[in-house]
Amino acid sequence: MGVTVETHASLAEAARAVEAGATLIAGGTIVMRRVNAGDQRLSRTVRVADPAFARISGGGGTISIGAGATMAAIAAHRDLDFLAPVARQLGGPALRNMATIGGNLFARAPYGDMAVALLALGARVTGTSGARPVEDLLRARDRAGLVFAIEVPRPRPGEFAWAKITRVHPYGSPVLTIAVHAPREGGRLRGVRVAFGGMGPGPVRATGAERALEGQPLDAATIARAAQAAAEGLEPVDDAVASAWYRREVAGVHLRRVLEGMS
Amino acid sequence: MARKPVSFTLNGAERDVFVREGENLLDMLRRGVGDLSPKYGCGQGGCGACTVLVDGEPVLSCLMLAEAVAGRRVETAAGLAGAGGLHPLQQAFMDGFAAQCGYCTPGMLMAARALLDRNPRPSRAEVIEAIGGNLCRCTGYEPIIEAILAAAEGRARA
Ligand SMILES: Cc1cc2nc3c(=O)[nH]c(=O)nc-3n(C[C@H](O)[C@H](O)[C@H](O)COP(=O)(O)OP(=O)(O)OC[C@H]3O[C@@H](n4cnc5c(N)ncnc54)[C@H](O)[C@@H]3O)c2cc1C
Ligand code: FES
Ligand code: FES
Repeated sequence: MGVTVETHASLAEAARAVEAGATLIAGGTIVMRRVNAGDQRLSRTVRVADPAFARISGGGGTISIGAGATMAAIAAHRDLDFLAPVARQLGGPALRNMATIGGNLFARAPYGDMAVALLALGARVTGTSGARPVEDLLRARDRAGLVFAIEVPRPRPGEFAWAKITRVHPYGSPVLTIAVHAPREGGRLRGVRVAFGGMGPGPVRATGAERALEGQPLDAATIARAAQAAAEGLEPVDDAVASAWYRREVAGVHLRRVLEGMS
Repeated sequence: MARKPVSFTLNGAERDVFVREGENLLDMLRRGVGDLSPKYGCGQGGCGACTVLVDGEPVLSCLMLAEAVAGRRVETAAGLAGAGGLHPLQQAFMDGFAAQCGYCTPGMLMAARALLDRNPRPSRAEVIEAIGGNLCRCTGYEPIIEAILAAAEGRARA
Protein backbone atom coordinates (compact mmCIF):
# COMPACT_ATOMS: atom_id res chain seq x y z
CA MET A 1 0.00 0.00 0.00
CA GLY A 2 1.47 3.32 -1.06
CA VAL A 3 0.87 6.83 0.02
CA THR A 4 -2.15 8.84 -1.15
CA VAL A 5 -2.16 12.60 -1.68
CA GLU A 6 -5.33 14.67 -1.37
CA THR A 7 -5.51 18.35 -2.24
CA HIS A 8 -8.10 20.37 -0.34
CA ALA A 9 -9.37 23.73 -1.55
CA SER A 10 -10.43 24.84 1.93
CA LEU A 11 -8.64 24.87 5.26
CA ALA A 12 -11.71 23.45 6.98
CA GLU A 13 -11.70 20.35 4.75
CA ALA A 14 -7.96 19.85 5.22
CA ALA A 15 -8.45 20.22 8.97
CA ARG A 16 -11.01 17.42 8.98
CA ALA A 17 -8.57 15.16 7.14
CA VAL A 18 -5.74 15.96 9.59
CA GLU A 19 -8.08 15.37 12.56
CA ALA A 20 -8.84 11.98 11.00
CA GLY A 21 -5.12 11.12 11.05
CA ALA A 22 -3.83 12.36 7.68
CA THR A 23 -0.38 13.97 7.49
CA LEU A 24 -0.14 17.49 6.10
CA ILE A 25 2.47 18.21 3.43
CA ALA A 26 3.17 21.94 3.76
CA GLY A 27 6.53 22.94 2.24
CA GLY A 28 7.45 19.27 2.27
CA THR A 29 11.10 19.91 3.18
CA ILE A 30 10.86 17.52 6.13
CA VAL A 31 8.01 15.22 5.29
CA MET A 32 8.96 14.59 1.63
CA ARG A 33 12.07 12.73 2.80
CA ARG A 34 9.72 10.20 4.34
CA VAL A 35 7.57 10.08 1.20
CA ASN A 36 10.71 9.55 -0.92
CA ALA A 37 11.91 6.79 1.40
CA GLY A 38 8.56 5.01 1.13
CA ASP A 39 7.92 5.30 4.90
CA GLN A 40 5.16 2.78 5.56
CA ARG A 41 3.70 4.74 8.47
CA LEU A 42 2.74 7.43 5.99
CA SER A 43 -0.43 6.49 4.15
CA ARG A 44 -2.83 9.42 3.83
CA THR A 45 -1.31 12.85 3.11
CA VAL A 46 -3.01 16.19 2.38
CA ARG A 47 -2.10 19.43 0.69
CA VAL A 48 -3.88 22.74 1.24
CA ALA A 49 -4.69 24.86 -1.81
CA ASP A 50 -6.56 27.54 0.19
CA PRO A 51 -4.83 30.93 -0.41
CA ALA A 52 -5.75 31.92 3.17
CA PHE A 53 -3.22 29.32 4.39
CA ALA A 54 -0.27 31.46 3.23
CA ARG A 55 -1.74 34.91 3.92
CA ILE A 56 0.14 37.51 5.99
CA SER A 57 -2.11 40.26 7.37
CA GLY A 58 -2.45 43.00 9.98
CA GLY A 59 0.36 45.52 10.13
CA GLY A 60 -0.27 47.04 13.59
CA GLY A 61 0.47 45.51 16.97
CA THR A 62 -0.09 41.90 15.97
CA ILE A 63 0.62 40.31 12.63
CA SER A 64 -1.12 37.14 11.52
CA ILE A 65 1.09 34.83 9.46
CA GLY A 66 -0.65 31.95 7.68
CA ALA A 67 1.03 28.66 8.62
CA GLY A 68 1.66 28.02 4.93
CA ALA A 69 3.69 31.23 4.46
CA THR A 70 7.20 30.41 3.24
CA MET A 71 10.47 31.71 4.67
CA ALA A 72 10.96 33.61 1.39
CA ALA A 73 7.57 35.34 1.80
CA ILE A 74 8.39 36.24 5.43
CA ALA A 75 11.83 37.58 4.49
CA ALA A 76 10.26 39.81 1.83
CA HIS A 77 7.28 41.15 3.82
CA ARG A 78 7.54 44.77 4.88
CA ASP A 79 5.75 44.27 8.22
CA LEU A 80 7.99 41.34 9.21
CA ASP A 81 11.37 43.07 9.21
CA PHE A 82 12.05 41.69 12.71
CA LEU A 83 11.62 38.09 11.49
CA ALA A 84 13.44 38.58 8.16
CA PRO A 85 16.92 37.83 9.59
CA VAL A 86 15.58 34.55 11.02
CA ALA A 87 13.95 33.54 7.72
CA ARG A 88 17.00 34.51 5.65
CA GLN A 89 19.39 32.24 7.52
CA LEU A 90 17.30 29.12 7.02
CA GLY A 91 18.84 26.93 4.31
CA GLY A 92 19.50 28.24 0.80
CA PRO A 93 17.13 30.27 -1.41
CA ALA A 94 15.44 27.20 -2.94
CA LEU A 95 14.73 25.74 0.49
CA ARG A 96 13.32 29.08 1.67
CA ASN A 97 10.91 29.13 -1.28
CA MET A 98 9.43 25.91 0.09
CA ALA A 99 9.91 25.76 3.89
CA THR A 100 6.88 27.12 5.77
CA ILE A 101 6.59 28.77 9.17
CA GLY A 102 3.99 26.18 10.21
CA GLY A 103 6.31 23.31 9.30
CA ASN A 104 9.09 24.93 11.31
CA LEU A 105 7.05 24.43 14.50
CA PHE A 106 7.36 20.68 13.88
CA ALA A 107 11.06 20.51 12.92
CA ARG A 108 13.23 18.22 15.06
CA ALA A 109 16.00 19.80 17.16
CA PRO A 110 18.36 21.50 16.50
CA TYR A 111 16.17 22.79 13.65
CA GLY A 112 13.19 25.02 14.38
CA ASP A 113 14.91 28.40 14.01
CA MET A 114 11.69 30.29 13.41
CA ALA A 115 9.92 28.44 16.22
CA VAL A 116 12.62 29.66 18.64
CA ALA A 117 11.97 33.27 17.59
CA LEU A 118 8.20 32.78 17.90
CA LEU A 119 8.63 31.30 21.38
CA ALA A 120 10.64 34.32 22.57
CA LEU A 121 8.11 36.71 21.04
CA GLY A 122 5.21 35.05 22.85
CA ALA A 123 3.40 34.20 19.62
CA ARG A 124 0.05 32.39 19.62
CA VAL A 125 -1.13 29.75 17.20
CA THR A 126 -4.63 29.25 15.87
CA GLY A 127 -5.83 25.96 14.51
CA THR A 128 -8.09 23.00 15.07
CA SER A 129 -7.10 23.08 18.76
CA GLY A 130 -8.28 26.69 19.11
CA ALA A 131 -6.03 29.66 19.90
CA ARG A 132 -3.19 29.05 22.33
CA PRO A 133 0.38 30.07 23.16
CA VAL A 134 3.02 28.55 20.89
CA GLU A 135 4.64 26.81 23.90
CA ASP A 136 1.48 24.75 24.43
CA LEU A 137 1.81 23.44 20.88
CA LEU A 138 5.57 22.85 21.26
CA ARG A 139 4.94 20.77 24.40
CA ALA A 140 2.74 18.26 22.54
CA ARG A 141 3.56 18.46 18.87
CA ASP A 142 2.22 15.02 18.01
CA ARG A 143 -1.30 16.07 18.98
CA ALA A 144 -1.29 19.50 17.36
CA GLY A 145 -4.07 19.11 14.78
CA LEU A 146 -3.82 21.54 11.86
CA VAL A 147 -2.25 24.93 12.57
CA PHE A 148 -3.93 27.68 10.52
CA ALA A 149 -1.92 30.75 11.48
CA ILE A 150 0.59 32.23 13.90
CA GLU A 151 -0.22 35.54 15.61
CA VAL A 152 2.97 37.46 16.32
CA PRO A 153 3.08 40.59 18.48
CA ARG A 154 5.41 43.14 16.88
CA PRO A 155 8.32 43.90 19.24
CA ARG A 156 9.37 47.52 19.84
CA PRO A 157 12.56 48.53 18.03
CA GLY A 158 15.69 47.22 19.76
CA GLU A 159 13.76 44.87 22.06
CA PHE A 160 14.11 41.70 20.00
CA ALA A 161 17.36 40.00 19.02
CA TRP A 162 18.18 36.73 17.37
CA ALA A 163 21.35 34.76 16.67
CA LYS A 164 22.09 31.48 14.96
CA ILE A 165 25.40 29.85 15.77
CA THR A 166 26.53 27.51 12.98
CA ARG A 167 29.78 25.82 12.07
CA VAL A 168 29.27 26.19 8.31
CA HIS A 169 28.38 29.56 6.85
CA PRO A 170 26.02 30.69 5.49
CA TYR A 171 24.27 27.40 5.50
CA GLY A 172 24.04 24.78 8.11
CA SER A 173 22.48 23.01 10.99
CA PRO A 174 22.79 25.15 14.12
CA VAL A 175 24.89 24.56 17.21
CA LEU A 176 22.46 26.93 18.90
CA THR A 177 19.78 29.41 18.05
CA ILE A 178 18.97 32.15 20.54
CA ALA A 179 16.06 34.58 20.57
CA VAL A 180 15.54 37.26 23.19
CA HIS A 181 12.55 39.53 23.70
CA ALA A 182 13.53 42.18 26.22
CA PRO A 183 10.81 44.82 26.78
CA ARG A 184 11.95 47.66 29.03
CA GLU A 185 9.97 49.93 31.30
CA GLY A 186 11.69 52.81 33.05
CA GLY A 187 15.10 51.28 32.34
CA ARG A 188 14.16 47.86 33.77
CA LEU A 189 13.39 44.61 31.98
CA ARG A 190 9.74 43.58 32.21
CA GLY A 191 8.37 40.35 30.73
CA VAL A 192 11.69 39.10 29.37
CA ARG A 193 11.62 35.91 27.32
CA VAL A 194 14.73 33.99 26.30
CA ALA A 195 14.43 30.98 23.97
CA PHE A 196 16.99 28.47 22.73
CA GLY A 197 17.15 25.96 19.91
CA GLY A 198 19.62 23.11 20.36
CA MET A 199 19.22 23.13 24.15
CA GLY A 200 16.34 20.65 24.34
CA PRO A 201 14.22 18.27 22.31
CA GLY A 202 12.62 21.32 20.68
CA PRO A 203 12.67 25.09 21.21
CA VAL A 204 12.86 25.76 24.97
CA ARG A 205 12.79 28.78 27.24
CA ALA A 206 15.87 29.54 29.33
CA THR A 207 14.03 30.12 32.59
CA GLY A 208 17.26 30.53 34.58
CA ALA A 209 18.42 33.38 32.37
CA GLU A 210 14.93 34.91 32.39
CA ARG A 211 14.91 34.99 36.20
CA ALA A 212 18.32 36.68 36.25
CA LEU A 213 17.13 39.37 33.84
CA GLU A 214 13.58 40.11 35.01
CA GLY A 215 13.17 43.44 36.79
CA GLN A 216 16.85 44.36 36.34
CA PRO A 217 18.54 47.01 34.22
CA LEU A 218 20.32 45.46 31.20
CA ASP A 219 23.84 46.20 32.48
CA ALA A 220 27.06 44.19 32.57
CA ALA A 221 26.36 42.65 35.98
CA THR A 222 22.87 41.48 34.98
CA ILE A 223 24.16 40.11 31.69
CA ALA A 224 26.88 38.16 33.49
CA ARG A 225 24.30 36.61 35.84
CA ALA A 226 22.03 35.69 32.92
CA ALA A 227 24.94 34.11 31.02
CA GLN A 228 25.85 32.11 34.14
CA ALA A 229 22.30 30.73 34.37
CA ALA A 230 21.84 30.16 30.61
CA ALA A 231 21.89 26.35 30.57
CA GLU A 232 20.18 25.88 33.95
CA GLY A 233 17.71 22.98 33.83
CA LEU A 234 18.21 22.42 30.11
CA GLU A 235 19.23 19.23 28.31
CA PRO A 236 21.23 20.17 25.21
CA VAL A 237 21.10 18.18 21.98
CA ASP A 238 23.99 15.77 21.38
CA ASP A 239 24.54 15.32 17.64
CA ALA A 240 27.09 15.43 14.82
CA VAL A 241 27.18 19.24 14.88
CA ALA A 242 28.12 19.56 18.56
CA SER A 243 28.12 17.50 21.73
CA ALA A 244 25.72 18.24 24.57
CA TRP A 245 28.75 19.17 26.69
CA TYR A 246 29.89 21.76 24.14
CA ARG A 247 26.44 23.29 23.78
CA ARG A 248 26.13 23.61 27.56
CA GLU A 249 29.57 25.26 27.75
CA VAL A 250 28.94 27.86 25.03
CA ALA A 251 25.25 28.67 25.61
CA GLY A 252 26.11 31.38 28.14
CA VAL A 253 28.85 32.88 25.98
CA HIS A 254 26.54 33.33 23.02
CA LEU A 255 23.67 34.57 25.17
CA ARG A 256 25.98 37.17 26.67
CA ARG A 257 26.95 38.40 23.20
CA VAL A 258 23.30 38.70 22.16
CA LEU A 259 22.40 40.60 25.33
CA GLU A 260 25.41 42.91 24.98
CA GLY A 261 24.18 43.77 21.50
CA MET A 262 20.85 44.85 23.00
CA SER A 263 22.17 46.92 25.89
CA MET B 1 -1.07 2.38 -7.73
CA ALA B 2 -3.21 5.35 -8.71
CA ARG B 3 -1.85 7.71 -11.32
CA LYS B 4 -2.84 11.33 -11.72
CA PRO B 5 -2.74 13.48 -14.83
CA VAL B 6 -0.67 16.67 -14.48
CA SER B 7 -0.36 19.45 -17.07
CA PHE B 8 2.35 22.07 -16.89
CA THR B 9 4.87 23.82 -19.12
CA LEU B 10 8.46 22.63 -19.24
CA ASN B 11 10.92 25.10 -20.73
CA GLY B 12 8.05 26.73 -22.61
CA ALA B 13 6.48 23.55 -24.03
CA GLU B 14 3.15 22.21 -22.76
CA ARG B 15 3.40 18.82 -21.11
CA ASP B 16 0.78 16.34 -19.98
CA VAL B 17 2.03 13.45 -17.89
CA PHE B 18 0.75 10.88 -15.42
CA VAL B 19 2.40 10.87 -12.00
CA ARG B 20 2.40 8.25 -9.26
CA GLU B 21 0.86 9.21 -5.91
CA GLY B 22 3.60 10.81 -3.85
CA GLU B 23 6.04 11.03 -6.79
CA ASN B 24 8.46 13.92 -6.50
CA LEU B 25 9.12 16.45 -9.24
CA LEU B 26 12.70 15.26 -9.82
CA ASP B 27 11.57 11.70 -10.56
CA MET B 28 8.78 12.96 -12.77
CA LEU B 29 11.15 15.13 -14.82
CA ARG B 30 13.83 12.47 -15.15
CA ARG B 31 11.76 9.29 -15.54
CA GLY B 32 8.39 10.58 -16.71
CA VAL B 33 9.49 13.28 -19.12
CA GLY B 34 13.08 12.25 -19.85
CA ASP B 35 14.67 15.59 -18.95
CA LEU B 36 17.88 14.33 -17.33
CA SER B 37 19.33 17.78 -16.63
CA PRO B 38 18.20 18.05 -12.98
CA LYS B 39 20.39 15.65 -10.97
CA TYR B 40 19.70 13.34 -8.05
CA GLY B 41 22.35 14.01 -5.43
CA CYS B 42 20.82 13.28 -2.06
CA GLY B 43 17.04 13.17 -2.42
CA GLN B 44 16.69 15.06 0.86
CA GLY B 45 17.25 18.74 0.21
CA GLY B 46 20.91 18.86 1.15
CA CYS B 47 22.80 19.28 -2.12
CA GLY B 48 20.82 21.43 -4.57
CA ALA B 49 21.74 19.31 -7.63
CA CYS B 50 18.01 18.95 -8.36
CA THR B 51 17.30 22.72 -8.36
CA VAL B 52 14.77 23.80 -11.00
CA LEU B 53 12.66 26.93 -11.35
CA VAL B 54 8.90 26.88 -10.77
CA ASP B 55 7.20 30.08 -11.86
CA GLY B 56 10.67 31.63 -11.99
CA GLU B 57 11.68 30.75 -8.42
CA PRO B 58 14.25 28.08 -7.49
CA VAL B 59 12.95 24.99 -5.69
CA LEU B 60 14.42 21.62 -4.73
CA SER B 61 12.63 19.24 -7.08
CA CYS B 62 13.43 16.18 -4.94
CA LEU B 63 11.30 17.63 -2.10
CA MET B 64 8.39 18.88 -4.18
CA LEU B 65 5.40 16.77 -5.11
CA ALA B 66 5.23 16.42 -8.90
CA GLU B 67 1.51 17.16 -8.83
CA ALA B 68 2.20 20.55 -7.22
CA VAL B 69 3.40 21.93 -10.57
CA ALA B 70 -0.02 21.51 -12.24
CA GLY B 71 -0.71 24.66 -14.27
CA ARG B 72 2.72 26.09 -13.46
CA ARG B 73 5.87 26.95 -15.37
CA VAL B 74 8.88 24.67 -14.83
CA GLU B 75 12.34 25.50 -16.16
CA THR B 76 15.41 23.28 -16.13
CA ALA B 77 18.97 23.59 -17.35
CA ALA B 78 17.93 21.71 -20.50
CA GLY B 79 16.04 24.85 -21.54
CA LEU B 80 18.90 27.30 -21.04
CA ALA B 81 20.56 27.07 -24.46
CA GLY B 82 18.57 28.73 -27.24
CA ALA B 83 18.73 28.88 -31.03
CA GLY B 84 21.49 31.46 -30.65
CA GLY B 85 23.71 29.03 -28.73
CA LEU B 86 24.58 28.59 -25.09
CA HIS B 87 23.08 30.78 -22.37
CA PRO B 88 25.61 33.38 -21.16
CA LEU B 89 25.81 31.52 -17.83
CA GLN B 90 26.66 28.25 -19.57
CA GLN B 91 29.28 30.00 -21.69
CA ALA B 92 30.80 31.63 -18.62
CA PHE B 93 30.91 28.28 -16.80
CA MET B 94 32.74 26.77 -19.78
CA ASP B 95 35.15 29.64 -20.17
CA GLY B 96 35.93 29.76 -16.45
CA PHE B 97 36.27 25.97 -15.86
CA ALA B 98 33.40 26.21 -13.40
CA ALA B 99 32.40 22.59 -14.05
CA GLN B 100 34.66 19.64 -13.29
CA CYS B 101 32.61 16.49 -12.87
CA GLY B 102 29.59 18.64 -13.75
CA TYR B 103 27.15 16.97 -11.39
CA CYS B 104 26.32 20.15 -9.48
CA THR B 105 26.32 22.30 -12.63
CA PRO B 106 22.63 22.16 -13.67
CA GLY B 107 21.57 23.10 -10.14
CA MET B 108 24.18 25.85 -9.95
CA LEU B 109 23.07 27.22 -13.31
CA MET B 110 19.42 27.35 -12.28
CA ALA B 111 20.18 28.97 -8.92
CA ALA B 112 22.33 31.54 -10.77
CA ARG B 113 19.69 32.06 -13.43
CA ALA B 114 17.06 32.86 -10.73
CA LEU B 115 19.47 35.36 -9.21
CA LEU B 116 20.31 37.15 -12.47
CA ASP B 117 16.65 37.33 -13.53
CA ARG B 118 15.89 39.25 -10.34
CA ASN B 119 19.19 41.05 -9.89
CA PRO B 120 21.20 41.42 -13.15
CA ARG B 121 24.27 42.95 -11.43
CA PRO B 122 24.71 41.07 -8.15
CA SER B 123 27.56 41.64 -5.74
CA ARG B 124 29.93 38.81 -4.92
CA ALA B 125 28.15 38.38 -1.57
CA GLU B 126 24.80 38.08 -3.35
CA VAL B 127 26.19 35.40 -5.68
CA ILE B 128 27.51 33.42 -2.71
CA GLU B 129 24.13 33.74 -0.99
CA ALA B 130 22.27 32.61 -4.14
CA ILE B 131 24.24 29.33 -4.42
CA GLY B 132 24.31 28.81 -0.64
CA GLY B 133 22.12 25.70 -0.95
CA ASN B 134 24.15 24.11 -3.75
CA LEU B 135 27.07 21.84 -2.92
CA CYS B 136 30.06 21.29 -5.21
CA ARG B 137 32.65 18.65 -4.31
CA CYS B 138 35.09 19.53 -7.13
CA THR B 139 35.69 23.19 -7.86
CA GLY B 140 36.03 24.79 -4.45
CA TYR B 141 33.28 27.20 -5.57
CA GLU B 142 35.62 30.01 -6.61
CA PRO B 143 35.39 29.36 -10.40
CA ILE B 144 31.60 29.09 -10.09
CA ILE B 145 31.30 32.42 -8.28
CA GLU B 146 33.63 34.03 -10.83
CA ALA B 147 31.65 32.59 -13.75
CA ILE B 148 28.35 33.91 -12.43
CA LEU B 149 29.89 37.34 -11.90
CA ALA B 150 31.39 37.20 -15.40
CA ALA B 151 28.03 36.31 -16.95
CA ALA B 152 26.42 39.17 -15.05
CA GLU B 153 29.01 41.59 -16.29
CA GLY B 154 28.52 40.35 -19.86
CA ARG B 155 32.14 39.28 -20.01
CA ALA B 156 31.23 35.84 -21.31
CA ARG B 157 32.23 35.25 -24.92
CA ALA B 158 29.10 34.93 -27.05
C1 LIG C 1 18.80 21.16 3.52
C2 LIG C 1 17.90 21.58 4.64
C3 LIG C 1 18.27 22.62 5.47
C4 LIG C 1 17.43 23.03 6.50
N1 LIG C 1 17.84 24.06 7.29
C5 LIG C 1 17.05 24.45 8.31
C6 LIG C 1 17.46 25.48 9.17
O1 LIG C 1 18.51 26.08 8.98
N2 LIG C 1 16.66 25.82 10.20
C7 LIG C 1 15.47 25.18 10.44
O2 LIG C 1 14.78 25.54 11.37
N3 LIG C 1 15.05 24.20 9.64
C8 LIG C 1 15.82 23.79 8.59
N4 LIG C 1 15.41 22.76 7.79
C9 LIG C 1 14.19 22.02 8.14
C10 LIG C 1 12.92 22.50 7.43
O3 LIG C 1 13.21 22.88 6.11
C11 LIG C 1 12.25 23.70 8.11
O4 LIG C 1 12.13 23.45 9.47
C12 LIG C 1 10.88 24.05 7.51
O5 LIG C 1 10.40 25.25 8.09
C13 LIG C 1 9.84 22.95 7.63
O6 LIG C 1 8.65 23.40 7.01
P1 LIG C 1 7.90 22.60 5.84
O7 LIG C 1 6.73 23.42 5.44
O8 LIG C 1 8.82 22.24 4.74
O9 LIG C 1 7.47 21.28 6.61
P2 LIG C 1 6.80 19.93 6.05
O10 LIG C 1 7.84 19.00 5.65
O11 LIG C 1 5.74 20.24 5.06
O12 LIG C 1 6.09 19.44 7.40
C14 LIG C 1 6.85 19.01 8.50
C15 LIG C 1 5.92 18.37 9.54
O13 LIG C 1 5.08 19.36 10.13
C16 LIG C 1 3.71 19.08 9.90
N5 LIG C 1 3.06 20.36 9.59
C17 LIG C 1 3.50 21.30 8.70
N6 LIG C 1 2.69 22.37 8.69
C18 LIG C 1 1.72 22.11 9.59
C19 LIG C 1 0.55 22.83 10.03
N7 LIG C 1 0.25 24.04 9.53
N8 LIG C 1 -0.25 22.26 10.95
C20 LIG C 1 0.04 21.03 11.45
N9 LIG C 1 1.13 20.29 11.08
C21 LIG C 1 1.94 20.83 10.16
C22 LIG C 1 3.71 18.11 8.73
O14 LIG C 1 2.56 17.29 8.72
C23 LIG C 1 4.98 17.35 8.93
O15 LIG C 1 4.78 16.32 9.87
C24 LIG C 1 16.21 22.35 6.73
C25 LIG C 1 15.83 21.31 5.88
C26 LIG C 1 16.64 20.92 4.84
C27 LIG C 1 16.21 19.82 3.92
S1 FES D 1 18.79 15.83 -4.79
FE1 FES D 1 17.49 17.45 -4.21
S2 FES D 1 18.72 18.58 -2.87
FE2 FES D 1 19.99 16.86 -3.26
S1 FES E 1 31.80 20.12 -10.55
FE1 FES E 1 31.76 18.23 -9.50
S2 FES E 1 30.32 18.66 -7.92
FE2 FES E 1 30.61 20.58 -8.80
